[in-house]
Amino acid sequence: MIHSFLEWIGNTPWSVALLESYYMWPWIESTHVLTLALFVGTAMMMDLRLIGVGFKGVPASAFIDRLLPWTRFGFAVMVTTGLLLFYSQPLRYYYNLFFRVKVVLLVIAGLNILYFHLRTHRSISEWDGRAKPPKAVRTAGIVSLVVWTGIVFSGRLVAYNWFECELQPQPDWVNWVAGCQLEEGQ
Amino acid sequence: MIPPESWIVFFEWCEATAPGRWVRESIWAFGVIEAVHLTALCVMGGALILVDLRMLGFGMKDQEIGELARHVRPWLVAGVALMLSTGVLLFLSEAIKCFYNTSFWVKMTTLPFALLFTFAVRERRSLIEGLQTSGKSRVLGSVSMVLWFTVAAAGRWIGFS
Repeated sequence: MIHSFLEWIGNTPWSVALLESYYMWPWIESTHVLTLALFVGTAMMMDLRLIGVGFKGVPASAFIDRLLPWTRFGFAVMVTTGLLLFYSQPLRYYYNLFFRVKVVLLVIAGLNILYFHLRTHRSISEWDGRAKPPKAVRTAGIVSLVVWTGIVFSGRLVAYNWFECELQPQPDWVNWVAGCQLEEGQ
Repeated sequence: MIPPESWIVFFEWCEATAPGRWVRESIWAFGVIEAVHLTALCVMGGALILVDLRMLGFGMKDQEIGELARHVRPWLVAGVALMLSTGVLLFLSEAIKCFYNTSFWVKMTTLPFALLFTFAVRERRSLIEGLQTSGKSRVLGSVSMVLWFTVAAAGRWIGFS
């Protein structure tokens, strides 16, 4: 069902036009990559503060109140451009191993942020100025740093076709993770 | 933009170096090094943007510019170092392609200016600035952003052209 829905999306005139466009696609892709510096970059600086390895003496709230709006803006650009790129070639990404890893990591990153804001962040008045915040805060920072690095990695590697479904034989686990639909005898 | 053809000898030599051959012949190396290059872009870019925004009067306005610049410095240096080392490896693997690539030369022309500006001009100024943004700090922040944006955009475009 997902397959036929994505196939339909990929065949809409705008999707085809976007994929075949000479300038539009590279521009969107470049915006996606360059905005990494704004979005992941500022998020990483905040993570370093939460972990307690950088910016000691700068209250964590300064990052959350003053820098986070910029991080959010970067995120909005990332999501918009990312969705457009997906829209240009939905089926190719859907059956891409690295894309699937990226989506899973994005969900983990989202849950980590959600947990931090709903739980850990509530007690900020107790640890705002501390050079080394409590363990829950440091954990949130470490998870964020590791997961976003993983997202950058898997995002970049989406472009490499080491595990393309068309390139058989692939190990069973690759076909399983990438959801490759094998024909008889493959 | 492309320099005299005689320079090509050097670029051929680059491609023949051991690291150049290793990156080119390995299935994984180029993509993985690119991914590290992009992660370093995040660290370096984040460190630059945090101070640039502050110099423009945005972002972490309750901290002094100098204070932020001091805190950001080790991460900025680490990001730049990782950028340069991975960048050199990527270059060595496809030096001849780079030689004929206009975007590569745009990047190589702006990069020294960006580095020099950041560590010789902006750094000095930002380390002494206090809470107030001034006309000077705004100019420095804007120039920094324009220079690094050009480096990054040209870098991305090497792969398209």
